Amino acid sequence: MSKALVLKDVHKVFNKGTVNEKVALDGVSIELDPGDFVTIIGGNGAGKSTMLNAIAGVWPVDAGQIIVNENDITSLPEHKRALYLGRVFQDPMMGTAVTMVIEENMALAYRRGGKRTLRRGITHEERELFKEKLSTLGLGLEERMTTKVGLLSGGQRQAVTLLMASLKKPELLLLDEHTAALDPKTAAKVLEISDQIINEYHLTAMMVTHNMKDAIGHGNRLIMMNEGKIIYDVRGEEKKSLHVKDLLAKFEEVSGTEFDNDRMMLS
Amino acid sequence: MLQYFSSLDPITLLKSFPGSIAQGMVWGVMALGVYITFRLLDFADLTVDGSIAFGAATCVMLIRSGVHPVFATFFAFFAGLIAGIVTGLLTTLLGIPGILSSILTQISLYSINLHVMGQSNRPVSVDNYPLVVSLRYVTGSAATSLIFFAGMLIFLVMLICALYWFFGTETGSAIRATGCNAQMARAQGINTGYIKVLTLGISNGLVGLSGALYAQFGGAADINMGRGAIVIGLAAVIIGEVIFGKFVSKRRAAFAWTMGAVVFGSVIYYMVYQLVLWLKFPSEDMKLLTAVVVAFFLAIPYLREKKSSAKGVKSGE
Repeated sequence: MSKALVLKDVHKVFNKGTVNEKVALDGVSIELDPGDFVTIIGGNGAGKSTMLNAIAGVWPVDAGQIIVNENDITSLPEHKRALYLGRVFQDPMMGTAVTMVIEENMALAYRRGGKRTLRRGITHEERELFKEKLSTLGLGLEERMTTKVGLLSGGQRQAVTLLMASLKKPELLLLDEHTAALDPKTAAKVLEISDQIINEYHLTAMMVTHNMKDAIGHGNRLIMMNEGKIIYDVRGEEKKSLHVKDLLAKFEEVSGTEFDNDRMMLS
Repeated sequence: MLQYFSSLDPITLLKSFPGSIAQGMVWGVMALGVYITFRLLDFADLTVDGSIAFGAATCVMLIRSGVHPVFATFFAFFAGLIAGIVTGLLTTLLGIPGILSSILTQISLYSINLHVMGQSNRPVSVDNYPLVVSLRYVTGSAATSLIFFAGMLIFLVMLICALYWFFGTETGSAIRATGCNAQMARAQGINTGYIKVLTLGISNGLVGLSGALYAQFGGAADINMGRGAIVIGLAAVIIGEVIFGKFVSKRRAAFAWTMGAVVFGSVIYYMVYQLVLWLKFPSEDMKLLTAVVVAFFLAIPYLREKKSSAKGVKSGE
């Protein structure tokens, strides 16, 4: 069976040759099967978001290979990789165009990977489709399709961005701490929607989170990162039976230091 | 004081208004170009000062060499388009900051325009050529004046309709998304570099076209005719937004109305310009006055936000 994602010994150093030199990814290798939902945890500067950005192509990596469903995307620019990837960012402002209305944002996402021609930016049939999809969120947004996204709350925006990321089925969904900027109740709702979308469309997904409970409670696989390396990789039944204290102990055992993340929620 | 007021002749002012309205309509085309880069792409494009003269020079030299003014005006669009594309390539391919890229193009166009014209000023008289527009049509008989204004109005309405259609297409939506959030645009597979080049091209194409019309209107292309054009363009955009903002936001097809408001802004700018000159404001200070007005209106949204956030802190105590 082909792998949904293969990272082969990926390296990235920021500010090379300066006093601020920082080894962000130090030989990251991982393979994801189709349908895998991997949660990613780790301390400050462990390389969690950096790994997602490397896959998304925000900047080129120094060494290594990135293969999505047998397509080597290592040297593709960011906008070409978008064909394979759905992305939701930490900052709710990042995932949408706030001066454009909901249906326009969805229409942009619906054309991900396609050529942008002089055809209509949005058609009647698409409006019907978007309306139907929005109603599955249960937020009443299907009645507000011509509302500017800038007028939505952070949680609503993340929900819309999630839907946009899945409108055209991506080979891989990248969730970069997408609930971190939300209040606990909204964060829980957005996580629920994430689960719902991932299950419904049978997506392969990677989710960076600062909440250890969420990391254990969601997905079928969990990885822990430290200093640009994957230091722990657990799946299936073993993952289900994990507790937060197991993770902390594991971290200390492997890294030899205490778990350090100002924002990590330990309970 | 009395002497000052008695020296002002309202008839002179009224008589000069048709000319300033006409000029405002001609520059309205440029204002639309500025609106596209400044508001939709969020790019402060100073290429404008050079590309307006480039369009004018291209058009006038073509007319003088026997090309029909209609085609010459059309070619001026492509002259501007090329200028915009150069700015776009400087910033996307070579990574030069946007505003600096546009200044580089603007400066190089000064030399290029001198080459195109062979000297710093080239007249093109309505007596010798069937020009598309001319001040003489406005000041001439009632019939030529009516034809000028009707023609210009139809052209502007058609142009706005075309732009409205374009920005509703997949490509047009991609431009708006890139201007609003380039990161999001890339995540949706939009090649934001290409979009920047394309938009700068279209915008400066309109500016070149405006330069061609302006040269014919005034009867000459001049190497300095673009100086400060970007500021006038911004003034038109801002005046249009400030005066018609409320009116526009409640309409269907608000975007088309906004573009109409920008053209109106340009017309109002030239009417006020005429009024201020009529009040005997020294003409050499007009650019200073324009800059101050533009700075004032650009600062308003920022100052308003600062004030409301200060209030928010107070009420939060």
